[in-house]
Amino acid sequence: MQDQTQPTTPRRTIDIVNASLKKRYARERRFRFMGAAAVTLGLLFVATLFADIALKGYTAFEQTYIQVPVDFDPAIIDPEGTRDPRTLADADYLAVLKASLRKLFPDLTERSQLREVYALVSAGAPQQLQSMVLSHPNVIGTATDVWLIAGGDVDMLVKGNLDRRLPEADRGITDSSIALIDRLAEQGRVEKRFNTGFFTNGTSREPELAGIAGALAGTFYTLVLTLILSFPLGVGAAVYLQEFAPKNRWTDLIEVNINNLAAVPSIVFGLLGLAVFINFFGVPRSTPLVGALVLGLMTLPVIIIASRAALQSVPPSIREAALGVGASPLQTQFHHVLPLAMPGIMTGAIIGMARALGESAPLLMIGMIAFIVDVPKGFTDAATVLPVQIYLWADSPERGFVERTSAAILVLLGFLVLMNLAAVLLRRRFERRW
Amino acid sequence: MLVLLAVMALAYHGGRKRAITSAGGAGQISTLHSLPGYYGFYAALWAGIPALLLLGLWLGIQDAVVTGLVKSALPAQTLSGLSDGALGLLLNDVKNLASGSIVGGTVTPEIQAAADHFAQLQRLANWAMWLLVLAAASGGMVLAWGQTKPRMRARNRVESIVMGTMFLCSLIAVLTTLGIILSVLFESLQFFQKIHPADFFLGTLWSPQTAMRTDQVAAAGAFGAVPLFTGTLLISFIAMAVAVPIGLMAAIYLSEYAPRQVRSVAKPLLEILAGIPTVVYGFFAALTLAPVIRAIGESLGLEVASESALAAGLVMGVMIIPFVSSLSDDVINAVPQAMRDGSYALGATQSETIRRVVIPAALPGIVGGILLAVSRAIGETMIVVMAAGLSANLTANPLASVTTVTVQIVTLLTGDQEFDSAKTLAAFALGLTLFLVTLVLNVIALHIVRKYREQYE
Repeated sequence: MQDQTQPTTPRRTIDIVNASLKKRYARERRFRFMGAAAVTLGLLFVATLFADIALKGYTAFEQTYIQVPVDFDPAIIDPEGTRDPRTLADADYLAVLKASLRKLFPDLTERSQLREVYALVSAGAPQQLQSMVLSHPNVIGTATDVWLIAGGDVDMLVKGNLDRRLPEADRGITDSSIALIDRLAEQGRVEKRFNTGFFTNGTSREPELAGIAGALAGTFYTLVLTLILSFPLGVGAAVYLQEFAPKNRWTDLIEVNINNLAAVPSIVFGLLGLAVFINFFGVPRSTPLVGALVLGLMTLPVIIIASRAALQSVPPSIREAALGVGASPLQTQFHHVLPLAMPGIMTGAIIGMARALGESAPLLMIGMIAFIVDVPKGFTDAATVLPVQIYLWADSPERGFVERTSAAILVLLGFLVLMNLAAVLLRRRFERRW
Repeated sequence: MLVLLAVMALAYHGGRKRAITSAGGAGQISTLHSLPGYYGFYAALWAGIPALLLLGLWLGIQDAVVTGLVKSALPAQTLSGLSDGALGLLLNDVKNLASGSIVGGTVTPEIQAAADHFAQLQRLANWAMWLLVLAAASGGMVLAWGQTKPRMRARNRVESIVMGTMFLCSLIAVLTTLGIILSVLFESLQFFQKIHPADFFLGTLWSPQTAMRTDQVAAAGAFGAVPLFTGTLLISFIAMAVAVPIGLMAAIYLSEYAPRQVRSVAKPLLEILAGIPTVVYGFFAALTLAPVIRAIGESLGLEVASESALAAGLVMGVMIIPFVSSLSDDVINAVPQAMRDGSYALGATQSETIRRVVIPAALPGIVGGILLAVSRAIGETMIVVMAAGLSANLTANPLASVTTVTVQIVTLLTGDQEFDSAKTLAAFALGLTLFLVTLVLNVIALHIVRKYREQYE
């Protein structure tokens, strides 16, 4: 029997180690668990973010419509019967609409009640009637059932984004309005359909009319110009720096510079754009042109760094072989090295463009934040881009904009996923191990 | 523009053909110094570059020249007694009238005449410009064609031009930095003439609302930027408190413990966080996280501002996790396996090896990565614009509303302000501060990372 409590001889190291082992293993397990927890937490963040936005946004792809029997009264629309398009365009469709809504609810006569009735349909409904009359003048004088876009609050209620159980004051929509909607729903006059307006309309103050077409067009023009500006410049700079530049202080400075530029806060580029491009060179504000200049300068270091890495991975034997059969240094580059490096360069360019696509801070500085309803048609029209549109909508107080914003984010994330997928596929398809 | 491209194409074609004929037919190409295509490029470049330079130069000075001509043609009595500003307005009216847009003042016959004159000159100038550019293009083309002889070293000349262009490309990056420094510095100097730098860097009251009229109370506004700096630091600190432990532990787990499959799935998924646009994070912080934090705080009996620093900081921390984790991952992987093996041989457990050997060895690189992340947090804009407040409170309470440098830059510059008011200039002074701070952080961080990388290579 060995006496454990009173060590007689000087303890051997193995005993000390054995005694502490349990503790050490526990610590090992704790450490390991903490690592796994950190990864899980990170993944949980990703999941929460996506789930939250998807849940908030998916309803925006549907839009509530209300069926109203519209009486296209010739006395209001075209009193003289000329069918002159200009008369038809200027007619008072709001009056037509109001008269038809009054007929739908003949029992309501008080002014406050009628106001609620009028608010059931969107403020864009008269325009809807107008375009209908303009394209089919023969509806004048008939009574036709028309599906009109529902008002923002009605839309929210029908989709269930607005809780009916809330007290009336917090809800933004009155009990009597809800009763009206329920009455319409019983008659089968309320319907949800795919929201095409979201993809074809410009922005609007009314959430139910707001769409992302303008922002998408602005993004398209801006990104095309950004690519045109930054890709050739970036590749040219990369080829020079990687292949031809002498190793001296000057090129060292350029290199440090490029690495720094990649880490400069994007808002500083916005200040540069405001002070240099707009105030000094007089480039028009709010246009894709000035946006692309700023974003181009921002993506330039990304493309240069990626291109240099791609050029570096082309083995020197390729260059030596080309030079050996008599190609000039530039021919070597353009005929042999660049084509081999192209997949890597393209991947870098796509990633740079994805960054430019999500960027909004510098664009706020150069006026791409203006409220622009029209869809831009060129590089010098005032425009906004998708991320800035998201920012503007997120700031709007109307409840309907929450789902619109989330839906716009979903569209933006969709584009980003596509671009990154393209980059990954490109890399997989053309990746070569030398 | 298209015409110019057409001329260049013509020049290429002609140059190539001439080279072949001058060599004595297609069979004798070997007597040429360069491939025929290079003679074509040479001619095309001669046609294009001088013409483009001329075009740029002309566009640069045309407006000034035409305006000067119109000004000198204005009747003397209209000009007499006008200040420079009024003259500028008048000329603006003339230009607007000429382009057919709305004019502010009344249209007198003289102004109408001047506008007609202006429009006429402009048309003339446009025609002259295109004629000149075309002449330059064709001149260059003919000149280059004239030089086309078998012994001309066309390839070398073309290549030196291409080299020069590529060199200019690489200069753009330097010019950008220079442009940033100059533009921000210039406006900041103007600002510091109005507001003393000591007041700006040491003042504790920030309220840039300058009054409309100079005789109102508090007309000057207060530009003490200390609350902005502390607000920025508070939010960055919260962000780093989230990002550093999670990012570092995730990097350690993924590089040391995780099985291959887990690593190949989890790493790209984590990196998604870096690719999400910041405006999305801002939306999430403002509309989802802030109400949650507020509700939790109120249930605990705490007073939480609806735009608390905590919400913005937490979300910013999540955004930065992948920066910390992927940079640390790189440096941890760069630690030589021999060092780990040595530690295991002495009987250390894996976690002891990591804590006592790997982390200390990788520490400079990790610190560099964290510094880069800090610079990122300080310069981050959209999250704080959307989720942090506007009121400049000097507080360290994460539940209160604070504002940051970037938020103030955005708010100062997105309103309709005159460009030289102290308010807009203050944004540039803030921008200068931001740029310098992040620059220093980046330079140090990049230096450390680079040096560290060389150490184990």
